Amino acid sequence: MQVIYKKPEALGEKEFTYCPGCHHGIIHRLVAEVVDELGIREKTLVVAPIGCSVFAYQFFNMDGTVAPHGRAPAVATGIKRSRPDLMVFTYQGDGDLAAIGTAEIIHAANRGEKITTIFVNNAIYGMTGGQMAPTTLLGMKTTTTPYGRKAENDGYPMHMCEFLKEAKGVAYLARTKVTTPQDVEKTKKAIKKAFLAQINELGFGMVEILSTCPTNWGIDPITSMKWLEENMIPEYPLGVFVDKVGDEK
Amino acid sequence: MEKVMVKGTEAIGEAAIRAGCRHFFGYPITPQSELPEYMSKRLPEVDGVFLQTESEVATVNMLYGAACTGTRVMTSTSSPGFSLMMEGVSYIACAQLPAVFVNVVRGGPGLGDIQPAQGDYWQATKGGGHGDYKLITLAPSTVQEAVDLTVLAFDLADKYRNPALILADGLLGQMMEPVVFPDFRDLSTLPDHSSWAMTGAKGRKPHLITSFDIDPYVLEKMNLVLVEKYKEIEKKEIRWEEYKTEDANIVITAFGTIGRIAKSVVDMARKDGIKVGLFRPITVWPFPYEPLEKLADKVDMFFDVEMNMGQMLEDVLISIKGRKPVKFYSRMGGVVPTPNEIYEALKKEIGR
Ligand SMILES: Cc1ncc(C[n+]2csc(CCOP(=O)(O)OP(=O)(O)O)c2C)c(N)n1
Ligand code: SF4
Repeated sequence: MQVIYKKPEALGEKEFTYCPGCHHGIIHRLVAEVVDELGIREKTLVVAPIGCSVFAYQFFNMDGTVAPHGRAPAVATGIKRSRPDLMVFTYQGDGDLAAIGTAEIIHAANRGEKITTIFVNNAIYGMTGGQMAPTTLLGMKTTTTPYGRKAENDGYPMHMCEFLKEAKGVAYLARTKVTTPQDVEKTKKAIKKAFLAQINELGFGMVEILSTCPTNWGIDPITSMKWLEENMIPEYPLGVFVDKVGDEK
Repeated sequence: MEKVMVKGTEAIGEAAIRAGCRHFFGYPITPQSELPEYMSKRLPEVDGVFLQTESEVATVNMLYGAACTGTRVMTSTSSPGFSLMMEGVSYIACAQLPAVFVNVVRGGPGLGDIQPAQGDYWQATKGGGHGDYKLITLAPSTVQEAVDLTVLAFDLADKYRNPALILADGLLGQMMEPVVFPDFRDLSTLPDHSSWAMTGAKGRKPHLITSFDIDPYVLEKMNLVLVEKYKEIEKKEIRWEEYKTEDANIVITAFGTIGRIAKSVVDMARKDGIKVGLFRPITVWPFPYEPLEKLADKVDMFFDVEMNMGQMLEDVLISIKGRKPVKFYSRMGGVVPTPNEIYEALKKEIGR
């Protein structure tokens, strides 16, 4: 019998705790596949965030820790500066990275910290029950914007890639999604490049992945994908913002 | 042994390097900026890493990251900066990671001023961050002692996998005194942390370092492990100095810089035939409760002197258990009392 599909070695045995239809699970798998393909599992460390992916460190088959809310880039910096031979990635939600942790991500990126960040943007706070995130769309209802997000009160959706692309220390930066098989392939390539930016010591690498939160959006998984396509893409255009890695030989 | 004249902040930096510290993360704040400055110059000379961070919040988390890999790591700051680090200190304590902090305390609360003070005693010894945790807190009173305690701080932090804090103040940080430095620690003799540190899961199960568990029964167990550890530290690591307490009728209690000023007061009083002694805690957590309690049998009165509103006073009162009167004298806001001032206050208390 020929095995054509199996669990990546970089994923652990523990079952995901994510809701049905949540994209965190797909994204975990892609990270694990990339780590396997690059052959770096035994020297890669994961820094999990606060949010639904707080347990990410338990799902990967690698050394890991959990940073305080938003501080993952600083924790990763400490790891990398003390052990430059190890690979480290942070896995962060939009509340984690774009609200409480804005300073840490901007400065790690600007220093060209040789770390990789997987940024999962689902436009809402998942774990705490669906409050507004910096990335919440205008007009979008959340538990703290019951009348819909209003710019005059709540400000505008935050575009982290657009902000970070100006930072000289950034070696790779892209925004993707995982709603179709083609998108999944593209996301995997982007994740690989973000890791290559670290492996080749080029600087900071980040992939922002647009993601669903059926539970807190209050719509079923299939409609959630459609909602993402129709509402998030116009606000958060996909693309590669910085690429100093170049094409793979 | 060669004696050299060094400034307190720089002495602490050099001692850290000799203790095997090669990683320093920090953010400038008066009156301790000479310490990061010193490290920025000195660490590259020994193949170390100095990084000026974007904030104290980032600093403490960089310490967390470096400590996760089992690395000897240090930062220094002053009061408002240490407040900002409290979130991370609580995480580091719960995750049982070794890291060394230096707080060169200044006048507070709030932005305060940049003069020496002792208002962060409660923050250092009773918490400051959230949850049940303890910092091993060492309070030097001379530059030489700061050097020795810095080395000790690294060793204790490593031994107990617990953050350790040097609680100094602006006076100690800025003063120059002759010191003898210890030899450079051979890095290959530093404690082996391979049983828990994050170094890449090669040929073993992953090492996971966290400060949380969602199951309260598991978290309670984590808490109890800390409680046991703290009990052991309380048993084994109390340190204090007694000066002329053998025949004393009055004992001054004081820590850190004011402890050395109090020493002069003891000598002044002795000249006038008043039998005064000094009890100076060196570890303020764990606090030397029992050694101080023992003095309660022998003396008539205690006189606690601090540069705060009476923070260590509470620990002194716990030690004495109401058996003898405890009087208190203090200056605050960065005012350092002179030996004369303290002596006058003491004489007033005893009607002389
Ligand atoms: C200092 C601090 N503030 C607030 C919280 C509460 N909190 C936990 S998760 C979370 C939001 C996380 O949202 P996001 O990063 O978008 O991740 P998601 O759950 O959507 O995956 C918040 C505010 C916390 N744990 N720590
Ligand atoms: S709450 Fe939302 S983000 Fe969290 S696991 Fe469920 S679907 Fe995913």
